[in-house]
Amino acid sequence: MDFALTEEQRLLRESVDRFIDSDYSFDQRRDWAASAGGFSSRNWATFAELGWLALPIPEDHGGLGGSLSDTVILSRAFGRGLVVEPYLSTVIVGAGLVAAAGTKAQRNDILPKVAQGDMKLAFAHSERQSRYDLFDVATEARADGDGFTLTGQKAVAFNADTADRLIVSARVSGDRRDRTGIGLFLVDPKADGVTLRAYPTQDGGRAAEVALNGVSVGADAVLSSVEDGLAAIELVVDHALIALSAEAVGAMEALNRQTVEFLGTRKQFGVPIGSFQILQHTAVDMFMEQELTTSLMERAAACASGAPASRAKVAAAAKVRAGRAGKLVGQRAVHLHGGMGMTDELPVGHYFKRLAMIDVTFGTADHHLKRLAAMD
Amino acid sequence: MEMANFMELQLSADDAAFRDEVGDFIAENLAPELKRKVEMGHELSKEDTVRWHKTLLKQGWAAPNWPEAFGGPGWSTMQKHIFDGELAAGSTPQPMPFGLSMIGPLIIKFGSDEQKKRYLPRILSGEDWWCQGYSESGAGSDLASLQTKAIRDGDHYIVNGSKTWTTLAQYANMMFCLVRTSSEGKRQAGITFLLIDMTVPGITVKPIQTMDGGREINEVFFDDVLVPVENMIGEENKGWTYAKVLLGFERTGIAAIGRSKKLLLRVREIAASEPMGESTLNDDPDFRLKIAEVEVELLALESVVLKVLAAEGAGKEIGPEASLLKIKATEIQQSISELLFEAVGNYAHPYVPEALEDGWNEDPIGPEYAASLAPQYFNWRKRSIYGGTNEIQKNIIAKMVLGL
Repeated sequence: MDFALTEEQRLLRESVDRFIDSDYSFDQRRDWAASAGGFSSRNWATFAELGWLALPIPEDHGGLGGSLSDTVILSRAFGRGLVVEPYLSTVIVGAGLVAAAGTKAQRNDILPKVAQGDMKLAFAHSERQSRYDLFDVATEARADGDGFTLTGQKAVAFNADTADRLIVSARVSGDRRDRTGIGLFLVDPKADGVTLRAYPTQDGGRAAEVALNGVSVGADAVLSSVEDGLAAIELVVDHALIALSAEAVGAMEALNRQTVEFLGTRKQFGVPIGSFQILQHTAVDMFMEQELTTSLMERAAACASGAPASRAKVAAAAKVRAGRAGKLVGQRAVHLHGGMGMTDELPVGHYFKRLAMIDVTFGTADHHLKRLAAMD
Repeated sequence: MEMANFMELQLSADDAAFRDEVGDFIAENLAPELKRKVEMGHELSKEDTVRWHKTLLKQGWAAPNWPEAFGGPGWSTMQKHIFDGELAAGSTPQPMPFGLSMIGPLIIKFGSDEQKKRYLPRILSGEDWWCQGYSESGAGSDLASLQTKAIRDGDHYIVNGSKTWTTLAQYANMMFCLVRTSSEGKRQAGITFLLIDMTVPGITVKPIQTMDGGREINEVFFDDVLVPVENMIGEENKGWTYAKVLLGFERTGIAAIGRSKKLLLRVREIAASEPMGESTLNDDPDFRLKIAEVEVELLALESVVLKVLAAEGAGKEIGPEASLLKIKATEIQQSISELLFEAVGNYAHPYVPEALEDGWNEDPIGPEYAASLAPQYFNWRKRSIYGGTNEIQKNIIAKMVLGL
């Protein structure tokens, strides 16, 4: 294990930190989140120019072939900036699925476009009954000529309303909770039979309910071998868990810095409230949570290319820690800010909400702890 | 073990009959649409709250904590506790805040005859909505550092300054307010307790949006506001004493045992509606364990409350022990709000504030009960802050109870 950054990683970090500090103010972010698609297309173009969209995409498909250790440098800074652009949906999950399971033609078509900022993706996977079980898929894919007809309801598909292509999971064979028989399909959100009901999310993002009512897709829309989608889903969601943990780390860093600053400047009883030992110890607990989560997240990222079983364990462990730490840090940061922490005006509440929502994205700390306990 | 039995009070025959009477009354008199709004966590309008208040008023039950001479029902402390529990179990709106439970009892205890005659009937009738003017931007945990000034000018005080975090000031036509009338001696000794008519010139109410999207708290600005001297409670510069007594009135009410019991039942109901695997979340042993942990804490807290009620019934005043109730009760409420938030899984994500307002007719996104649960979790973080932070409450226990 080497935790030191390479020269390239150091430059990447400087570049993304500079962007967050000078071009991603809290007020601007509020405006972007409230705009039609929920983010800034200009920022997206900047992400493309800076090579961030190309970062994890394989080199033979117009990408930079970066590792997850590279990508989490971005995710961490995005967490610190509460970035609303659909990086996770498009690059880590969407392009990740295409890279892992796509045919050569699909990879050649989609991945360069993602890298250049010309195509956005969203993963329509969760369903009302699936909760956080990735293998629980009721949406049906019926063979129809060379292609398939998709019918079902997808729940809370992040950034589906601005995606150029949806990646939809659907059951080709077997029962609802079978691990085999899950296919992945590229779907044009404007296709006949696709209905999106989009809405904002609690943390300033966007998502949609996706209804698929007999949607016809051709053979060229099928990712990978049609019945074996779950392996790719599990790989990519493990990466997403680590990326979300990195975002949580960034959010905690911001919260802890703001909280310590507040404790040093807010005066009550004639002294800065940071002089009270009970509050000092609270701040120390928050700092420790951040440090432990940071190191585990970095370790998980470094192990992400390992065998599926070990990868799944470190990803779950990182997400458990990020969920628990995020809850403690978020709740206490609000509390230590008193009434000000409750306001919409201050960033504190927004970081708290983001951390709360990260915990319930792709499974809570409890969910992943239970998975870990069940693993050999 | 059935939850209902586990948490149920063991009541005497008389108290059980009283409970049934209250329960029946609520079942017959609470409008179904109002009940539904409470159950779904929708925003209640001022009219909703006043409407329910008037229903209770007709029955003589609007001011359970007041002496009979001022319109109270003359109940025992146990009956009051049962009454609160039935209101919660029946999903009624909360009682009108600040007037009935706080300033009313204070006026009864310290107010002049004139003040009693003037204000108590209007609180009882639901005509006046009160708010509390305590915190200022520079005076939170250190409340005694408050700076809003009142300068005596003949028969009036001239009030200048501002208050903040004022809950539902937008509905209020009256405020009880702590103001500074002297800068000499101890800071606590220069504070006066005033009753301020919010409709007079010079008062501006500015909403503060909270992170959950709500607008229940406000800043209130005073610009040369004239307050008649007769609106002072007790004596000038003694306001701190009254304010402390007033905090004690919250007493067992702050524990809100009934509301927490009802919400724990709600957690189970929702868990039973949330699919998980081949069954529901309610069959998940780990989630049930989390519920049980909160149940144990609530049962313990209620046991403390019952003991306090018995002591009160025997004429003893509750002291700084009230701080224990505040700390534990808010911890329990916050835990329950987390359980509800986590129970709905992916459907915690959609932010649809319109769904919590009157007149929204669209289909819910996901299960209807989900819409209010994330905002409630966020909003309830305030509970360990308001009414004196839980750290301040611990300071009170350390000093007054443990003698440290």
